[in-house]
Amino acid sequence: MLSIKNLYASVEGMEILKGINLEIKPGEVHAIMGPNGSGKSTLASVLAGKEDYEITAGEITFLGEDLLDKSPELRAKEGLFLSFQYPVEIPGVPMVNFLKTSVNEHRKHKGLKELTAGEFLKLMREKMDLVDMHTKLTNRMVNEGFSGGEKKKNEIFQMAMLEPKLAILDETDSGLDIDALRVVANGVNALKSPETAAIVVTHYQRLLDYIVPDYVHILYKGKIVKTAGKELALELEEKGYDWIKSDNEK
Amino acid sequence: MEEQDKILNDVTQGDYKYGFVTDIETDIIEKGLNEDVIRLISAKKGEPEFMLKFRLDAFKKWQKMKMPNWAYLKIPPIDLQAISYYAAPKKGPKYESMDEVDPELIDTFNKLGIPLEEQKHLAGVAVDVVMDSVSVKTTFKDTLAEKGIIFCSFSEAVEEHPDLIKKYLGQAVPVADNYFAALNSAVFSDGSFCYIPKGVRCPMELSTYFRINAANTGQFERTLIVADDDSYVSYLEGCTAPMRDENQLHAAVVEIITMDRAEVKYSTVQNWYPGDKNGKGGIYNFVTKRGICRGESSKISWTQVETGSAITWKYPSCILMGDNSVGEFNSVAVTNNYQQADTGSKMIHIGKNTKSTIISKGISAGKSDNSYRGLVKVMPKATGSRNFSQCDSLLLNDTCGAHTFPYIEVGNKSSVVEHEATTSKIGEDQIFYCNQRGIDTETAIGMIVNGYAKEVLNKLPMEFAVEAQKLLQISLEGSVG
Repeated sequence: MLSIKNLYASVEGMEILKGINLEIKPGEVHAIMGPNGSGKSTLASVLAGKEDYEITAGEITFLGEDLLDKSPELRAKEGLFLSFQYPVEIPGVPMVNFLKTSVNEHRKHKGLKELTAGEFLKLMREKMDLVDMHTKLTNRMVNEGFSGGEKKKNEIFQMAMLEPKLAILDETDSGLDIDALRVVANGVNALKSPETAAIVVTHYQRLLDYIVPDYVHILYKGKIVKTAGKELALELEEKGYDWIKSDNEK
Repeated sequence: MEEQDKILNDVTQGDYKYGFVTDIETDIIEKGLNEDVIRLISAKKGEPEFMLKFRLDAFKKWQKMKMPNWAYLKIPPIDLQAISYYAAPKKGPKYESMDEVDPELIDTFNKLGIPLEEQKHLAGVAVDVVMDSVSVKTTFKDTLAEKGIIFCSFSEAVEEHPDLIKKYLGQAVPVADNYFAALNSAVFSDGSFCYIPKGVRCPMELSTYFRINAANTGQFERTLIVADDDSYVSYLEGCTAPMRDENQLHAAVVEIITMDRAEVKYSTVQNWYPGDKNGKGGIYNFVTKRGICRGESSKISWTQVETGSAITWKYPSCILMGDNSVGEFNSVAVTNNYQQADTGSKMIHIGKNTKSTIISKGISAGKSDNSYRGLVKVMPKATGSRNFSQCDSLLLNDTCGAHTFPYIEVGNKSSVVEHEATTSKIGEDQIFYCNQRGIDTETAIGMIVNGYAKEVLNKLPMEFAVEAQKLLQISLEGSVG
C-alpha cells in the first residue's frame, strides 16, 4: 500500500530524514517510536504533503502511484489521513460545515453523489457513537476551545467519517488520560480492516496496549535503526532509548 | 509555496461579474461644475426654490473647502471639471408600470439579480433602483403606503412631501460637513427617501440598488431615512458598476434620523468595480453616512460589507443624542490587488447612558492597504455611557498592509470605553489542516475568511448574508502568499 524508499527530507536546510525505508501492506499496523527530535513527526508531515519540507532524495508510492507528485488535498482524497499532533483551531467555522465540505470533497473525488444535509447528519450520528463524541462538540467551531483530549477525539471522529485507506496517527496519545486513550484506541480498532493500514507514531508503549502493532520501528536521527514485532515496544518501555542511542553512536 | 502563489494568482484575477455596460440612450449634461450646472440639475428635476437654495448654499461652501488628505490613502488628483454631473436613462423619469420600462433596463437589472417586476422579486424586499443619476423604479410602493410608510425616490419625495424633506434634509449631515458631503449636497441628483410613521414596524426590507452605467459621470445620490416614534425598519443597499479603465467618482450621502424608541438597521454590500489586478480603473467611493438617534432609547445600526471600489473613504457614524440611545457599527472591509480602504466609524455620545459598539474586521490581500479609523467621543454630560470597540485585521500575505487609527475622547468619569485590536496573518497551518481533509486551498481560504468575518455577516439580513459570503469568496480566495 505504502512504499518509502531511501527518503531524505530537510526543513530550512537542515536534514531531518536521512534515508527512510518502509513497506506497509493492507491490514497492517506499524508503530513508529523513537526519542524526541528523531524525525517521527517530520515523516508524518512529509507523507501528508506539508509544504515546509523539502524532499532531497528518495521516493514514496501510495497505492501504486507516486505520492510526492500529489497535492495534500489529493493525497487526502485518495485515502491518506493524518491525525494531527496539534489540531489547529479555525475560529468561526462550524465543525459540521467543515466536515460536510470535507466528506463531500472525498465523495466527489470517488465519483459519488454529494450527501444531503439529512444524509450527512445521519452518518455523523453513527460515527459519533464510535468515539463517544458529543453533539456539543460538532456544534462548535473547528477545534475552538476544545480540550486536548477533545481535539484528539475529534481527529479520530473525522477519520471515522472519512474512512481512509491509510491512517497516520501522529502522537495521538499525547495529552490523553487513560479513559480518552481507550476511546481513541477503540475508534481506531473499529476502523481496522484487511484493506486498511495504520501508522501509529508514539513515544510510549501504553497506546500499543490498545492498538496492537504488527511491526514496531525505531526511528533515530532520521533513520529506522531497528524493526521488530510488538515485543520491541515492551523492551523500549523497560530499557528506555539509551541502548538504541549507544548502539548507534560511534 | 509556488503552488499557493499560482492559486493566488488564478483566483485574484477572477472576473468582476457585474462589469458589463448597458447600451441605453442616456441624457447626459455637459461636463464641468459651476453654478449654472447646479441650476440646470435643479431645473431638470423641476425642483422647488428651497432645494435650489440648498444646493447653491452647499456649492458656495464647497468652493471654499479643500479635498481632505488625512486618510491613509493615496488619492490621485480627481478632475471634477472632467465629470458630467447628470446622466439619466432616457424615456424616464419614472416608470409607473412595467410596460413602460425599457427592455434593456429590465434586462440589465435581471443580470444583476434585481428583477424590477414585483412578482419576481424576493419576497419581502421592496427596492428603489437608481441608475446613474436617477431612480428608475420603486417596487411595492402601494403595499407600503397602506401602512403609511413613504418609500420613494428622492425626487418624488421633493415633489410630494416637500415639508418632510425641508424638515429633515441636512439634519444629520449638514451641507458643509465635509468636502464630499458639500459636493453631494450641491449636485446630488436622486436617491431614496423613506419615512416610517409612529408605531409602525415596516413589514418588509427596504432596499436601494445603485448602478453606475454611463461613462465619464459621477454618481451623487442621497438617501434620507426618518423613523418616527416606536417604529422600525431594516434597510439594504447594494451597488455595482461596469468595468472601465478610467476611475469614476461616487460621492453619496446617507442620513438617518430616529425618534423616541425607533430603530433603523442599515446594511450595505458595497461591490463597486474595484479596478483591475494592476490597479487600473475602479470607483472612487467617498461616502458620508451618519445617523442621529434623536429620541430616547432609539437605535441605529450600520452593517457593511465592503469589497469593491478602488478607493473607499467612509465612516458610517452615530450621534447618540437621546438618553439611552444605542449605536452600532459592524464592518467587514476587504481589499485586494491595489485597492485602498480607509473606513471606520464615529460614535458621538451626547445623551446619558448611551451605548455604542464597533466591530471592524479588515481583510487585506494583494498589494492593498486597509485601514480602520474610528472616533469614540463621550461628551461631559453623557454620563454612564459605554463603548466597546473591536478592530481585527487579517493579512493574507506579506505585501498588503493593515492599519488602525482609533481616536478616543472621554469627557466624564462614569463612562467606560473599551478598545480591543488584533492583527493576524492567515494561518498556513489552518490551510494545511483543511487540505489534509481534502479541501483545496481556495475553498479553505473562503471558509477561514468567512469564519473570521462571521460575527459581522451574522448581522446581515439572510438573503444579503448569503450574497455577502459569496462575494467574500470571489474577492479573496487563494490570496495567501
